[in-house]
Amino acid sequence: MSRDLLDPPPRVISLGLDLFALALEALDVPVVHVAWSPTAGGDVRLAGQLARLEARAATIERANAEALARLTGGEPFVVDCRPAWEALELPERTVLHAGPPIAWDRMCEPMQAAVLCAIRYEEWAANDDAARRLVESDRVKLEPCHHWRAVGPMAGVITRSMPVFVVENRAFGNRAHVTINEGLGKVLRYGANDDSVVARLRWLATEAGPLLGAALRAGRGLDLRALMAQALRMGDEMHQRNVAASALLVRALLPHVARAGGRHHAVARLGEFLSDHDQFFLNLAMAAGKAMADPAAGVADATLVTTLSRNGTDFGIRVAALGDRWFTAPVAMPVGLYFPGFGPADANPDMGDSAIVETIGLGGIAMAASPAVARFLGAGGVAEAMAVTAEMREICAGEHPIFRIPALDERGVPVGIDVRRVVETGVTPLINTGIAGRRAGVGQVGAGVVRAPLGCFTAALDALVEAAS
Amino acid sequence: MPVWNFVRRSFYQDSVTLMRLTRDLEAVPGVRRAAVMMGTPPNRAVLAQAGLLAADGESAAPADLVIAVRADDEAGARAARDAVDAALAVSRTPVPAGRAHPRTLAGALAVLPDASLALISVPGIYAGAEARRALAAGLHVMLFSDNVPVDTEIALKREAAARGLFVMGPDCGSALLGGVPLGFANAVPRGRIGLVAASGTGLQEVSCRIAAEGDGVSHAIGVGGRDLSDAVGGATALRALAALAADAATEVIVLIGKPPGPAVAARLAEALGGLAKPSVVYFPGAAGTAATLEDAALAAVALARGEVPHPVEFSLPASDVARLVDEQARTLSPGQRFVRGVYSGGTLAREAVTLLRQRLDDVAPDVLGAEGKAHRVVDLGEDVFTVGRPHPMIDGTVRRERILSEAAEPATAVLLLDVVLGYGAHSDPAGELVPALAGARRAAAGGGRGLAIVASVTGTERDPQVCSVQVAALRRAGVVVMPSNAQAARLAGLIAARAAAR
Repeated sequence: MSRDLLDPPPRVISLGLDLFALALEALDVPVVHVAWSPTAGGDVRLAGQLARLEARAATIERANAEALARLTGGEPFVVDCRPAWEALELPERTVLHAGPPIAWDRMCEPMQAAVLCAIRYEEWAANDDAARRLVESDRVKLEPCHHWRAVGPMAGVITRSMPVFVVENRAFGNRAHVTINEGLGKVLRYGANDDSVVARLRWLATEAGPLLGAALRAGRGLDLRALMAQALRMGDEMHQRNVAASALLVRALLPHVARAGGRHHAVARLGEFLSDHDQFFLNLAMAAGKAMADPAAGVADATLVTTLSRNGTDFGIRVAALGDRWFTAPVAMPVGLYFPGFGPADANPDMGDSAIVETIGLGGIAMAASPAVARFLGAGGVAEAMAVTAEMREICAGEHPIFRIPALDERGVPVGIDVRRVVETGVTPLINTGIAGRRAGVGQVGAGVVRAPLGCFTAALDALVEAAS
Repeated sequence: MPVWNFVRRSFYQDSVTLMRLTRDLEAVPGVRRAAVMMGTPPNRAVLAQAGLLAADGESAAPADLVIAVRADDEAGARAARDAVDAALAVSRTPVPAGRAHPRTLAGALAVLPDASLALISVPGIYAGAEARRALAAGLHVMLFSDNVPVDTEIALKREAAARGLFVMGPDCGSALLGGVPLGFANAVPRGRIGLVAASGTGLQEVSCRIAAEGDGVSHAIGVGGRDLSDAVGGATALRALAALAADAATEVIVLIGKPPGPAVAARLAEALGGLAKPSVVYFPGAAGTAATLEDAALAAVALARGEVPHPVEFSLPASDVARLVDEQARTLSPGQRFVRGVYSGGTLAREAVTLLRQRLDDVAPDVLGAEGKAHRVVDLGEDVFTVGRPHPMIDGTVRRERILSEAAEPATAVLLLDVVLGYGAHSDPAGELVPALAGARRAAAGGGRGLAIVASVTGTERDPQVCSVQVAALRRAGVVVMPSNAQAARLAGLIAARAAAR
């Protein structure tokens, strides 16, 4: 690209001393100052690793363009809701959990509580002690949802008789699955484990799930990408806030549920449940995210993130070029606001597969679409929300062609988190999240934001360099 | 008349957006009627009723976007479809950065997508990589940073040339492009004289002297201190000369730099010889070029006015100069014989050395402050003095210390100073110097000595510091302020020679 040096007058990007930018600003010359810092915070080893990849920049950029096209080109439709044993062929005595793989003794308390509760729900054990013995003697297998074409919020526990939504990516033919959102209060995903939790799980399996499945099959699939694009325009970022998306979903499902309903009281109970739960859509956003992200896995040389996930102990990421390998680091504690009677001392470190939503450019990445959620960051509101999305743009490979933000003059949300850019800038993805109590049986104690730890990305960078050499 | 439907699958848009699009489409040549709607059943019914529904649109889903067109021919329909696609293409509107500054060049480009130049002043070891990225993004580069390896400079300039872009620098302190000051630069009126400079303070001094003469600068292109070496080959200077040659606003061209390597000298001579515009060259100490920066500026102004250039030794009448020398020399004690230059600008310091050597013996040949030499000029902007400290044009701490230590030496007769104004420089250099100069006088007086202080101010009336305000402040402090660095150096030499002769 050739451009004249002398005419028109320069429009300047300034890196380094701010006094030159300030002088230009005072003269009304268009200028942007970069708050520059050395690559990788001056870490010479990491800068060297980045330089090694830089030598293959052309190949990587091509691969990332392909990965980004897959990441943004998916067409997720929710097509069914049926038991996990059918949809996933999930066997007996297997419990799926959120995040990267983790051994039982390293699991946080709310996740352990959810696992034990699920074992009781499946009637593989009569009480928690018996359930614990099954796990400790390896008679119950623990595996990540992500290894089973599934995702789960918070503890993310899935067992075979739980109904799961089936989301089909019609552009690529792959499927992803997720449990039905249990609503608020005492719920399995936050580590609550009393009789009311089990009773709700049974109702979901026996009445709500089959009804939703029948409705979805009758509707021949519901376009989630279009629904999410619309909800984004209505102030949802699809992680912390799903009120518009949930309403849109109910509106789309209602006629099919009514037709499929049969028993009047069953429809009424489902209607009541849906109307009460602003976050109902979150699980579908997650499955849509998983369905959209999975086709990008395995694109050789691509440095874009295909999974962000946490299990309450570790934060894990996966990267397109590196397929199914996890890169983990200790997970951070969310910062946020607490329900009455709770505070930071009651909080469990960050947990859940829900960060798959950030992987596709929503959630914290799309904060500018959802100033209401930005209040969790501080009092900044709109300005803070804009700043977050602007910052995320720096670590992303592109912008989403469908998910657009009206307040940014229709620019797309940043998408395609690039491991190289994260390490280069030290800026890690910002994730919107709920906060679980750190003790079993407590449930949700608040909501807030959390940063992915840099360690996952530096480990992935090392692996990318190794794979390239 | 035929109807075409184009369907964009799963592409939700607000109805307001779509109604605006519909309105705009009907203005597309060849389009008779058009509608852009989401493919919901009621919308499809509306389209059918309007006679705008075709087979593709009939099978659209509620989340699909339907572009329905009745047109004279297929070309008209396609034009309508393309207009919709263009209107709905991903927006490139600049994003508000919010409160945060971008962290990377890529982030800055999102905020200022039509940026044309990267001004890079990061530490030298990182500067090359940032410059490479800027070039890849199609930006010209001004590399203020120094300590960039010469191999990097060569590679960057080669890449820039291949892309039709400029790399100004490294170690490019100053430039003026279309009236926009970059780095350390002065508020010089726009005019008809173009500069190519391998020296930042040289560029500033020449442009300020041009302004003082009532003329102006079209563009001043910095090329970096090493550009004229044979290793770099004048890569930027040669292209800058060509750019000014082609620039309609530029009538006269001035080339400033240290004497070039022999190969580069030949190529520059050839380039200058081929110019259809008059030119002036200043290579200090080189035959056939202007003797001083001031002479270069005066020559350029004269050429622009169609006059014959003639060099100037002093602007004041000879009798006034003699009186000044007398007044200053009278205050000095026996044994006070030497000029001590304490500079912030490298080219100005070297110009002072050159002029002092024409009049005095035993002048230190370099500007690194060779101790033991009788007369010496130190450039405190040199790397050895700025490690871990700000440049003396930004912060005068180092210079104040040096002024005091020079004044404390009994043999010091004259303090010679440059004061550089402009964007990027200290907001009140005179105000910062005056207390140190008072301290220097006290130190000399304590030893029963006087002290002559001679300075010049490189600046303009439009500079943030205002040249006349700075000059007045220095004069109130008893400083003899001369109209140019050359005249200041000459006067200092005369005072020292008079002192030695007594």
